Amino acid sequence: MDSLLALGSGFLVALEPINLLFAAIGVVLGTAVGVLPGIGPALTVALLLPVTFRLDPGGSIIMFAGIYYGGMYGGSTTAILLNTPGESASVVTALEGNKMARAGRGGPALATAAIGSFVAGTLATIGLAFLAPWLVRVAVNFGPWDYFALMVLAFVTVSATFGSSPLRGLTSLAFGLVLGVIGIDQLTGKARLTFGVPELLDGIEVTTLAVGLFAIGEAIYVVSRHLHAPEKPIPVKGSLWMTKEDWKRSWKPWLRGFGFGFPIGALPAGGAEIPTFLSYTTERRLSKHPEEFGKGAIEGVAGPEAANNASAAGTLVPLLTLGLPTSATAAILLAGFQQYGLQPGPLLFAQAPDVVWGLIASLFIANTMLIILNLPLIGIWVRLLAVPLPWLYAGILVFAAMGTIAANPSPVELIMLVIFGFIGFLMRRYDYPIAPAVVGLILGPMADNQLRRALQISLGDPMILLENPGSATLLAIAALALILPFVTKQLRKFKAEED
Amino acid sequence: MSHLSGRRVDRPAIVVGVVLLAAAAVVAYDANNIHAGFTYGISPSAVPFVIAAFLAVLGVGHFVAAFKEGLPTPDEADWGAVGLMSAGLFGLIASIAFGGGFILGSTILFALTARSFGRKALIVDVDIGFVLGLFIYILFNRLLGLGLPSGPIERGVLIGLDGVVGWISSLFGSSAR
Repeated sequence: MDSLLALGSGFLVALEPINLLFAAIGVVLGTAVGVLPGIGPALTVALLLPVTFRLDPGGSIIMFAGIYYGGMYGGSTTAILLNTPGESASVVTALEGNKMARAGRGGPALATAAIGSFVAGTLATIGLAFLAPWLVRVAVNFGPWDYFALMVLAFVTVSATFGSSPLRGLTSLAFGLVLGVIGIDQLTGKARLTFGVPELLDGIEVTTLAVGLFAIGEAIYVVSRHLHAPEKPIPVKGSLWMTKEDWKRSWKPWLRGFGFGFPIGALPAGGAEIPTFLSYTTERRLSKHPEEFGKGAIEGVAGPEAANNASAAGTLVPLLTLGLPTSATAAILLAGFQQYGLQPGPLLFAQAPDVVWGLIASLFIANTMLIILNLPLIGIWVRLLAVPLPWLYAGILVFAAMGTIAANPSPVELIMLVIFGFIGFLMRRYDYPIAPAVVGLILGPMADNQLRRALQISLGDPMILLENPGSATLLAIAALALILPFVTKQLRKFKAEED
Repeated sequence: MSHLSGRRVDRPAIVVGVVLLAAAAVVAYDANNIHAGFTYGISPSAVPFVIAAFLAVLGVGHFVAAFKEGLPTPDEADWGAVGLMSAGLFGLIASIAFGGGFILGSTILFALTARSFGRKALIVDVDIGFVLGLFIYILFNRLLGLGLPSGPIERGVLIGLDGVVGWISSLFGSSAR
């Protein structure tokens, strides 16, 4: 029961009044930014990262946890009331949630999303606390070849397996990988792809890429279509609270959502869309009111939202124990850790157990804080949605610029931000996924280092990757995951021709 | 795209393919120019070569796709609005690069972005942008201790701010005595 003891001491850290205050500020900031349309949790964390720069590492990580959960919650609010999901994982929430809001049941939809997220998030954090030490014990025995194979698997699943087009997903990944090469090589000190620009020697900041692709890209994309598709939030009418009937219909989907979300999120493969989608289809099949689906069924909000939150907490398992980010949000969290001088992985549990367990404890606290603060404040968040679009996006751009210059006050950084913004716009326009680029940038150099370490041990023989059972298995799964979408596409084609 | 036009070559896919091949060439060229000088181990150019090959494969993949389904056809874009927003972003860069400071830059960015979304009240938007920039600047500079780029406006603000703070503290100081 070492982990219980460690968690207990983590709570002692997280429950200090000043840290509680940091958690509260984080939750409020995270919700306030996350609730803005078009801003998902990844972007919320990226935008607010500079705010935590000057705190001590403990406090900033706790605030960070609050921002993370606040951003998640804010994103579901936007999905329900505005039908503009900030990330692909809340697309399913928008399906039924927006219909509920249109039918005047926005309050209960928001409430079941919040409480479901709380229940599933808390269960998933418990799961994290118990799974992490066990996985750390496994991961300690990992060689560089295993890490490299694991990263290849993450690359494939994030970019090719779950998206609409493997070609476009892999292209986005390649873009991130190229950016990852830029800068001083960590192992040999050689400059790569810097073209003599001194600002490039430090490499590309993950936050600059994420803010450029997500925030600036989204703003340009929205303004380019503004005349064609104006959006208006749906006012929340009627009671904000869930009825007894709502509770009865919600609690099972919450638990099932956790059941889908946590295990899939905890796999080193990523993809929060899969559990939300599985949860949605399952709830529709099991519901006593299947006729309500498509018109605003509360199960269709409760299940996917719970699954979404549980899988987000699940992605922390590979992130903390292996240092492996499997979503855009996790990639930015990792960048955040690195900015505080922490490198997640099995060593972190040994070297800085108080930080890790303090973080896990503060996840519980942030989650609780979220529900205490946000259920009564729903009215305020809803009013934030009514900010006129011109001011909203003008403000987002100013905040994006602020975060980038605060982290690195140089015009070159801003120019990169704007270039990434235009690339993000084009990627949206032609339906290239964004997350693989962010994951590629942060994971690419790590995979590079692990591969070269493995090859140094084998004296340059690449067969070492296939001779070790662990890495061989992982690479085989990765190869399968790469081929799978092409096979299913062919199958679907055959089916379509038969129909 | 209808079945009839499906045989036509998809131009955006060709462009992406060409960009990918060019990127592959640049990455390979740069990797080739990394001179040995490290003492042992695998060359730092190994992985860039792999990435260059990957880019080339994806480039060819785009050419193939261009003759098949192509890229998704995007909606008609409002290029005037995009241009206005770009002008705001470049205004910000120019303001930071040439010493105009953060507040001027964010004022330009805010006003032009709001205008790109169809707002006509430029004076109001300039005011809002200015206040927002001022607020962020003071927050970062004084509360978080992170220096945002300063220009003439910022220097004036800081002198004024110090004056006010000094005046208030002197008030309290004198009443305490």
